[in-house]
Amino acid sequence: MNRMEATVTEIRFGGFGGQGIIRSGIIIGRAASIYDNKSATMNQSFGPEARGGACSSQLVISEDRVLYPYVIRTDILVALSQEGYEKFVHELKDNGKLLYDEDLVKLKSTKRIDTYSIPATKFAEELGNRIIANVVMLGFLTSITQVVSKEAMNKALPESVPERYVELNIKAFDKGYKYGIEQKKAK
Amino acid sequence: MRANPRDVRTGILYIDGDVAAAEGALAAGCKFVGGYPITPSTEAAEAFVRRAPQVGAMFIQMEDELGSISAVMGASLSGKKSMTITSGPGFSLMMETIGFGAMLEIPFVIINIQRGGPSTGVPTKTGQADMMQARWGSQGDYEVITLSPDSPQESFDFTIKAFNLAEKYRVPVMLMSDECVGHMTEKVVVPEADKIEIEPRRLYKGPKDKYVPFKPDKDLVPPMVKAGDGYKLYLSALTHNERGYPTQNIKNSSSRRLIDKIRLNADDIIEIKEEGLEDAEVVVVSYGITSRVAFRAIEQARKLGIKVGNLRLVTVWPFPDKKITELSKKVKGFVVPEINYGQVVFEVERCVHGNANIILVPHGGASVHNPNDILTAIKTIVKDKKRYDGILEFKTELELRIFGSGDNK
Repeated sequence: MNRMEATVTEIRFGGFGGQGIIRSGIIIGRAASIYDNKSATMNQSFGPEARGGACSSQLVISEDRVLYPYVIRTDILVALSQEGYEKFVHELKDNGKLLYDEDLVKLKSTKRIDTYSIPATKFAEELGNRIIANVVMLGFLTSITQVVSKEAMNKALPESVPERYVELNIKAFDKGYKYGIEQKKAK
Repeated sequence: MRANPRDVRTGILYIDGDVAAAEGALAAGCKFVGGYPITPSTEAAEAFVRRAPQVGAMFIQMEDELGSISAVMGASLSGKKSMTITSGPGFSLMMETIGFGAMLEIPFVIINIQRGGPSTGVPTKTGQADMMQARWGSQGDYEVITLSPDSPQESFDFTIKAFNLAEKYRVPVMLMSDECVGHMTEKVVVPEADKIEIEPRRLYKGPKDKYVPFKPDKDLVPPMVKAGDGYKLYLSALTHNERGYPTQNIKNSSSRRLIDKIRLNADDIIEIKEEGLEDAEVVVVSYGITSRVAFRAIEQARKLGIKVGNLRLVTVWPFPDKKITELSKKVKGFVVPEINYGQVVFEVERCVHGNANIILVPHGGASVHNPNDILTAIKTIVKDKKRYDGILEFKTELELRIFGSGDNK
């Protein structure tokens, strides 16, 4: 099975429960579908996983209506844990993009994929709270892949986090975004 | 009547199908949920609980599903729009009281987020195998209405519609959603309250001493009173006459009317979404999440030059008999994909009267169809010259790999 639509982007987020894996899918989905006027369908893993265990979410973004609701061959994998990387790297397309936290994931695959690393959790700790590592990653994802616009993310992010943490989240996003631009230049 | 602005969370939301159904219920004016939270419907209950205090609604977590559905009966008779939220195992436990509600013509809504498999099954994955149970799961003759959404947006819209139909026809209405739609997060546009049409309770307005509880209006539906308003109201689930008193004389009872009020009003109740039927050689009949996946197969088939019609059942029950029979005289065949091993396909077969071929594309649940399987079934209908002996059950790519080749090449 393959998608016919050339305008579809499939994203998988893999990590631990509690890292904001599902929240990441919701934020990007909201940005894409409400502020970029695309269609975005988000699904999350509903297995026997518990907090601290493996967790994943998947997002299908399309110019048209998303008909098949699950990812088939992902364009982008965002890995925030070793398990998240190992479990989902096989579904990544050739020349797909892997974005990962360099302190949490050690690459094994020799597959032809584009890899982009960021010390997201370390950056988050420097900003004062490791819980926003996922948002650092979202900033990184936005600048590397441009699958959503920065403007859309700027609107979706404050709506998706508790009010008292809005400022911190924006800082985290910007940190990741800028790091992405630097990484792209370096490539 | 228009929705109350207090009840409607107007805006563009990014929510899952469960939450959307809860928002739809609130927008429709639902003021009571009796429930026993169960995966994969729990998010709907949680969403209702969070919003309930803002709109003067109430959620009671009962001791079990029997208590839940019974509480819904009581709340509805007191004049409040009421519903319960459940999944397969809970749905089974509620069956007796669903029949009670149908018998006493109590308006209420059931949201069933279907899971995969029989019994406990696959709680966190999808299925569409409760369709026949929804229709006649309780004993005796009665009719219900069901609606099948394919997205969070439709979960919202159809839940409002479910309440409207329940009030209009005094009948149990079921939102037959599923785990895939329930747990899928998408954009949902919630309109302004004055854009949402809601059906108010059909109240009796005549003098108190003239009130006859089950005396129907012209459309076969009797008006209601609220418990506590001082009317004389005798409710018995025994077969009863217009006054509500038990009778063994079926002719004088409401038995026939319970059926007729749905069947004779079927044209008003049935909603289908059709497209490309005019010159179709093959028609895909589907409902719920499967419609959406099937549409991909339809698009692919059309690119190959095949004329495929798309018939989506929004209401599966009552079933659009006339439409299917009419189409069967014009087309080569029907493809019916559903996430079960054949339920609604038998209704299609009944209405086709042997006029055309039928392929069932079954699915055991826990996921949705591979659109390629539906595409292959469409191609098979176009190619085959001979008339099938009954329904041809399609073997999916996966089944062929496991069990070897079947009928389809």
